[in-house]
Amino acid sequence: MKSVSASPHTVRLPQLRFSSMTLRPRLPLATLGPLLALLAACTFFATQSDRFLSGGNLSLVLQQVMVVGVIAIGQTLVILTAGIDLSCGMVMALGGIVMSKFATELGLPPALAIACGLGVTALFGLLNGLLVTKVRLPSFIVTLGTMNIAFAITQLYSGSQTVTDLPPLLTSLGNTFALGGTQIAFGTVLMLALYGLVWFALRETAAGRHVYAVGNNREATRLTGISPDRVLLGVYVLAGVFYGIASLLSVSRTGVGDPNAGQTENLDAITAVVLGGTSLFGGRGWIVGSLIGALIVGVFRNGLTLMGVSSIYQILVTGVLVILAVATDQISHRTSR
Amino acid sequence: MNTIQPLVMQARGLVKRYGQVTALDGADFELRAGEILAVIGDNGAGKSSLIKALSGAIVPDEGEILLDGSPVHFRSPSDARRAGIETVYQELAVAPAMTIAENLFLGRELRRAGFFGRFLGLLDKPRMLSESIKHMSDLKIGIRSMTQPVETLSGGQRQGVAVARSAAFAKHVVIMDEPTAALGVKEGNMVLDLIRRVRDKGLPVVLISHNMPHVFEVADRIHIARLGKRAAVVNPKKIGMSDTVAVMTGAMRPEDIPAECLAH
Amino acid sequence: MFFFKTPVALAALLAAGIACAADQPVIGLITKTETNPFFVKMKEGAQQAAQAKGAKLLSGAGKADGDNAGQVTAMENMIAGGAKTILITPSDAKAIIPAIQKARAKGVLVIALDSPTEPADATDALFATDNYQAGVLIGQYAKAAMAGKPVKIATLDLFPGHPVGAQRHNGFLKGFGLAAPEAKSNELGKAAEVVCMADSYGDQAKGQTAMENCLQKNPDINLVYTINEPAAAGAFKALKTAGKDKGVVIVSVDGGCQGVKDVAAGHIAATSQQYPLRMAAMGVDAGVEYAKTGKKPSGYTDTGVTLIAAKSVAGVEAKDTKTGTDLCWGKK
Repeated sequence: MKSVSASPHTVRLPQLRFSSMTLRPRLPLATLGPLLALLAACTFFATQSDRFLSGGNLSLVLQQVMVVGVIAIGQTLVILTAGIDLSCGMVMALGGIVMSKFATELGLPPALAIACGLGVTALFGLLNGLLVTKVRLPSFIVTLGTMNIAFAITQLYSGSQTVTDLPPLLTSLGNTFALGGTQIAFGTVLMLALYGLVWFALRETAAGRHVYAVGNNREATRLTGISPDRVLLGVYVLAGVFYGIASLLSVSRTGVGDPNAGQTENLDAITAVVLGGTSLFGGRGWIVGSLIGALIVGVFRNGLTLMGVSSIYQILVTGVLVILAVATDQISHRTSR
Repeated sequence: MNTIQPLVMQARGLVKRYGQVTALDGADFELRAGEILAVIGDNGAGKSSLIKALSGAIVPDEGEILLDGSPVHFRSPSDARRAGIETVYQELAVAPAMTIAENLFLGRELRRAGFFGRFLGLLDKPRMLSESIKHMSDLKIGIRSMTQPVETLSGGQRQGVAVARSAAFAKHVVIMDEPTAALGVKEGNMVLDLIRRVRDKGLPVVLISHNMPHVFEVADRIHIARLGKRAAVVNPKKIGMSDTVAVMTGAMRPEDIPAECLAH
Repeated sequence: MFFFKTPVALAALLAAGIACAADQPVIGLITKTETNPFFVKMKEGAQQAAQAKGAKLLSGAGKADGDNAGQVTAMENMIAGGAKTILITPSDAKAIIPAIQKARAKGVLVIALDSPTEPADATDALFATDNYQAGVLIGQYAKAAMAGKPVKIATLDLFPGHPVGAQRHNGFLKGFGLAAPEAKSNELGKAAEVVCMADSYGDQAKGQTAMENCLQKNPDINLVYTINEPAAAGAFKALKTAGKDKGVVIVSVDGGCQGVKDVAAGHIAATSQQYPLRMAAMGVDAGVEYAKTGKKPSGYTDTGVTLIAAKSVAGVEAKDTKTGTDLCWGKK
């Protein structure tokens, strides 16, 4: 690559060569891998059950992953900054209870109730962000605490009762429309749109690149004049907003405000992010990967049920895939050094 | 010769105390246009405090700093950056997973014109790419692709990116704080070459270093700091390395330096 | 003279107070979690019974299902606080045994509520629902309700390996008239008529997903067994979205107030109601009896299970939803 002569004053460096006009490096294995895994899984299940590839079934899988899928958007942003958010599921449940109770018991107009739910989840995001940036606590510890706080508030406020008889606006995202013979839920369209939006913002805006930079090398980012704390705060609040949107999707899907929702969603979302190729060390990853990760889990769950295979194998497969995903990330990380 | 070059940056009588400890005890400083000024000194000599004052990282208790003849008061590194002073650090301040072009423009991204750029912060990627190519080729840094992630580069090349970044945005001064300390011999030499090219571009360089051979290789003048003050400024072409070290450690008094070894 | 009397009076009052407290039986109730309405009702029942009998109730719980350490700590604290009887719904049937043995060695009466320890005789007694019987009742109801039609059954279970999940599932199969494992088994029984088995984790959203996937596998499912009422609610939502809610029979277990409402609304055909309040009240009674006479209960006492259905079917005894609502647990 370089030829260096003995005398330091006459170092010759090779001429510059111009390459493609994009700023993106070529997609590494860690990014393509999840997509290949998803396609392989779909192909396999298509051979095992003739129902798998039907429009109705695929639309169903999309609906089944839409709540975790949107939570995973927020989780991806946090993980990109080298943090982690364990409170996402409980905050989502709290948002759902706030929305549904405000719309029924307090009699607020449904749109306002939804806004309040989003406000509460964003507030938890702000709390997480402040504890991480101002008090300088590790995100794992902070969100472990706020997870429990959110859970307790949810149970106390709801009296552990499901909220039913919701106004139609709250469940509207669960309604479907026909697209070429298949029923598609509005919620899944929203999920896909959000992924597109965040993908674009992370790629094409300065703020998006700063998220990656802070996670990749926090000190270097600080030295260039960017405030890492401000970026982190923004990320946590934005994640809270996404959890709030997931609350609405959850309420729309089940038709009720369920205080026991979201119990496993934190680990499900982290699984989706890891399966999607985003590095837990921060600074590397592809937001669309999280959607693929969520779909992988949903496809296996759906496919194995169609095959009549015990769900214990779904759990086994998920575990194996997670190890593979993290190992691939580690190996590609190492070879590129 | 250097003596006829105008002063770019000056400091007079800088004082900085940390409790009982006096880091800067009336330190002076002069940087001329078109030169590489090496700042050397033993630990505790006050050279890092001096550099921090010049780059805005600390605010001196007394004394003044002049940039192009006008007094300046830096309250933060951003103030200094805004005034056109850029700093390269010892730790390779680049984001490894991001591309060279992204690292060059980190924190100073070029945005698209109009609404999309101003309010949404949308990046003008083609312009960033072409400008990166220009900046890197200005310094004759030979890297094939601006879209390579920085982690694929060697240590010297990575520091090259950091140097190119400061050279690209500096208007007056580039400060380099031990830029070769984390690098091996070959890589270190690469960076020295780069430093010369930065100077040749018209930007004076303040180089802090412990590495005497490197200092003697690139510096036009050497500022020796001792006990919070400026002990002497010497000409590396005239003075020997051991004498310089002697002044630095106090073994030789500044008064005893032969006149032709001094530099102004 | 004045300040001579006051401390003496105070001391006398204190002594009287302590003496009073010494007579009052102290009973500890440890549930799996604080928040599950089932355990909330249990605690209510225990408090009512304690008040009625003049006993003092200490209560505690683990942080979540499976939190054994939390229950052990609660037990130790309660015994240190003077509890002579411990009522516990064990989160981990095996791991809790050493703590129970220590307690019994100190002369504390330990009664398991709702589910047994393993082995069951590690506690002095067990007051619990017969989960197998709960399954049998709804299986019998389902059989009668299907009136001889060919059945395609989906079971929405808890998760693999849980004894309660297995008992209810197998009881259902037995009650329906299919070959089923015995009550002691932890394995989920299979049958040709069962075309889909999926896990709901007792959760509404997961139950919905499980039902959707089962319907994809076999759109002709006409009978659904569910582990509990939230799972049943999820199953109903999935069926409704698929336009199949009218033709499919859903049966469940629990008898919570929300679940009984669902039965009244026709979403669930029948549910086996269990009685956490009764378990707790019986436990408190036993504790008071032990404190007074030293008599310990023993063995397994079935706290009862009642079939609640909106529509009656031939040959199966069921109570109506009004009775169900009167007896239900949770918020009415």
